[in-house]
Amino acid sequence: MTVIQKQQVNPIAHLTREDIEAIGRELDEIRQDVLDSRGAGDAAYIRKMIKTQRSIELGSRAVLLFSIFPPAWVLGTAGLSVSKILENMEIGHNVLHGQWDWMRDPKIHSTTWEWDSATPAEQWKHSHNELHHTYTNVIGKDNDLGYGIMRVDEDQTWHPFHLGQPMWNFINALFFEYGIAAYDLEVGATLKRSGTKGFKEPKFREQAKKVLKKVRRQVAKDYVIHPALSGPSFLHTMAANFVANTVRNLWSHSIIMCGHFPEGVETFEKRSIEGETKGDWYVRQMLGSANISGSPLLHIMSGNLSHQIEHHLFPDLPSNRYGEIAPRVEALFEKYGLNYCARPLAPQVYSAWHRVVRLSLPNGWLQSTNARNLPEQLTKLYKMISGTPRERRALQARLVQEARRAEAAAVAA
Amino acid sequence: MHPYAAADFLDLFAPLRPGADLRGRIVSVTPETKDAATLVIKPGADWAGHVPGQYLRIGVDVDGVRQWRAYSLTHGPRRDGLISITVKAVPHGLVSTHLVRESRPGTLVHLEQAAGEFVLPTSGGKLLFVTAGSGITPVIGMLRNLFPVTESGVLRLRRSAIYDIVVVHVAPSAPDSIFAADLHALADAGVIRLVTRYDDEHGVLDLADLPGLVPDLDERTTFACGPGGLLDALGAHHEERGLTLFTEQFRAARIVAGDGGRVVFDKTGLTVEGDGTRPILEIAEDAGQLMPSGCRMGICYSCVLPLKEGAVRDLRNGQVTTAVPGETNVGGALVQTCINAPAGACHFDH
Repeated sequence: MTVIQKQQVNPIAHLTREDIEAIGRELDEIRQDVLDSRGAGDAAYIRKMIKTQRSIELGSRAVLLFSIFPPAWVLGTAGLSVSKILENMEIGHNVLHGQWDWMRDPKIHSTTWEWDSATPAEQWKHSHNELHHTYTNVIGKDNDLGYGIMRVDEDQTWHPFHLGQPMWNFINALFFEYGIAAYDLEVGATLKRSGTKGFKEPKFREQAKKVLKKVRRQVAKDYVIHPALSGPSFLHTMAANFVANTVRNLWSHSIIMCGHFPEGVETFEKRSIEGETKGDWYVRQMLGSANISGSPLLHIMSGNLSHQIEHHLFPDLPSNRYGEIAPRVEALFEKYGLNYCARPLAPQVYSAWHRVVRLSLPNGWLQSTNARNLPEQLTKLYKMISGTPRERRALQARLVQEARRAEAAAVAA
Repeated sequence: MHPYAAADFLDLFAPLRPGADLRGRIVSVTPETKDAATLVIKPGADWAGHVPGQYLRIGVDVDGVRQWRAYSLTHGPRRDGLISITVKAVPHGLVSTHLVRESRPGTLVHLEQAAGEFVLPTSGGKLLFVTAGSGITPVIGMLRNLFPVTESGVLRLRRSAIYDIVVVHVAPSAPDSIFAADLHALADAGVIRLVTRYDDEHGVLDLADLPGLVPDLDERTTFACGPGGLLDALGAHHEERGLTLFTEQFRAARIVAGDGGRVVFDKTGLTVEGDGTRPILEIAEDAGQLMPSGCRMGICYSCVLPLKEGAVRDLRNGQVTTAVPGETNVGGALVQTCINAPAGACHFDH
């Protein structure tokens, strides 16, 4: 994708100022309808969800005390994986968004909740709720676009460093909770800004200390205390915890990749959000997110991030209501001729990964490459890797031109 | 900063165990009149007990939202360890209506330890209780403790012989008077003297008539419980005559939302005026105060601050949030300052 402002056919060019403000009003109405009907049923939902998850967690960890026996290991590991997924996705993420603050229950509140993840809730709330949800998909402002380590948009400049991104993305997926912790800590941004000196800044040190403390406790819980309680099953329980954490990491990474990386999701120029109205903001959220269609179980296991579009429009509405308003939101897209990006899980994950691979290469390289010109293209790529930034820019311009020509030829044929 | 506290898991099985947050389980709900009911509650193991006349704060979820109210404990300490409150459903009373009409045995409620200085003097003596409407409840707690009403009649305990008690009970009409049966039983047994004044029968009580109703008024210590208006009038009346008065009022003055108001930050000491059209965050920042902030559009919850007392209005949809000390959470109601404007005088814990 390319920021919508530079696309040949801008997907929102047909919207008038009045249209955009009308969309804002209609979305406000949907939000208000949920607020008006929010009550005891919703409260019962989240309490039951928390109770269920804690029961699964407790049951699985109890079974794992005997994990030396293979059936106990399998059952306990599966249960623990499910529990950890629920805890992070449907409970943690949504509670930390303040979706349940209205209940005024001090135990289920964004200001008091802590989650089973390496990153402390406080730091995550800043980078996620504040930065990502406000500046969604604005190049240069929303660091979630590639997490500062990947190139996920044509408008992010290619660097040879990006060739390795399919690999880093996979490693990031395996250890996602630590990736998030590093990201929330702004390790990359700090390095870029002031090099390793940045790590000595008081603010960074203070936050890093909090992360390390949290990580220590997390590691102690999963890899020391629980295994120790298992006695002869020590190593098996340790392995079970590692597998459950990895399953949860892979799953949440996949779901989260589907939120903003699949084809069909739009990005925006930094300039374009100056003087943005609430209506503009809503439209940006509508086009900047993608949904995953599927069963109720998928929605729950994804923390209702399968309703990413609805979540981005109304980040503080209770997650159990996203499914209910989704048809109304989709109808609004249709009414105003906008693309509601929703696909089942497998194509959406594929689409997101395809982009990570495609953009690991310079713009237009993959499109203009075929079996015949492969050696030639590889030479070009080598030159881009070894060349100066200036040579790289020139080669990049040619590649884009060739890709356009190839595309035009394909259309003509 | 740990996701799993052991307490969270123990709460699944034993919410009333020692060491847990103080809770209680509703054991029974008995209607007293058509709009009042007595709730018998089994308190958690850490319940520290109470003396007759004290009240407790109870937190219940109404429409999914935690609400706190104070109610008198209607019994003295009971042998079975249960406690009870009697609640009258006041018109438009969110919590009282819920407790009277919707509460069911088995429900968990949140509690705070008993509190209140409105308790029976242990030295005995000549006392006058002036109660209005549900203001009778703390007094009933004291009387039941002194003179237990049993199936075989009213017990006369030796420790109660030192009390000489007159009760002046005021209510709109006779059948609505909660505990009327108990009061009359005590009066019939001769352990108290009861003067009832029902508005529809006797007209609204004029305090100038009080010495007529209670001839030895000047020898008595008065305990009064009822709405603010009555307590204020009684205060003036007693001050003039130089009499001792103890009062207890439950319902805090209602907070009525208006347009704008004075915002006070209790910790920083800043006071600013808001006109009701600009968010609290902006007003405070304009005055040079450091405020927590984030998206400034109501989505990220980085700017929430505890509103200890007052009312704010959501600038997006006009929704009013109020905080009443004693009725909102102990720490106050957390509100987003970036999209809320003051709707009356506000106190923030910041």
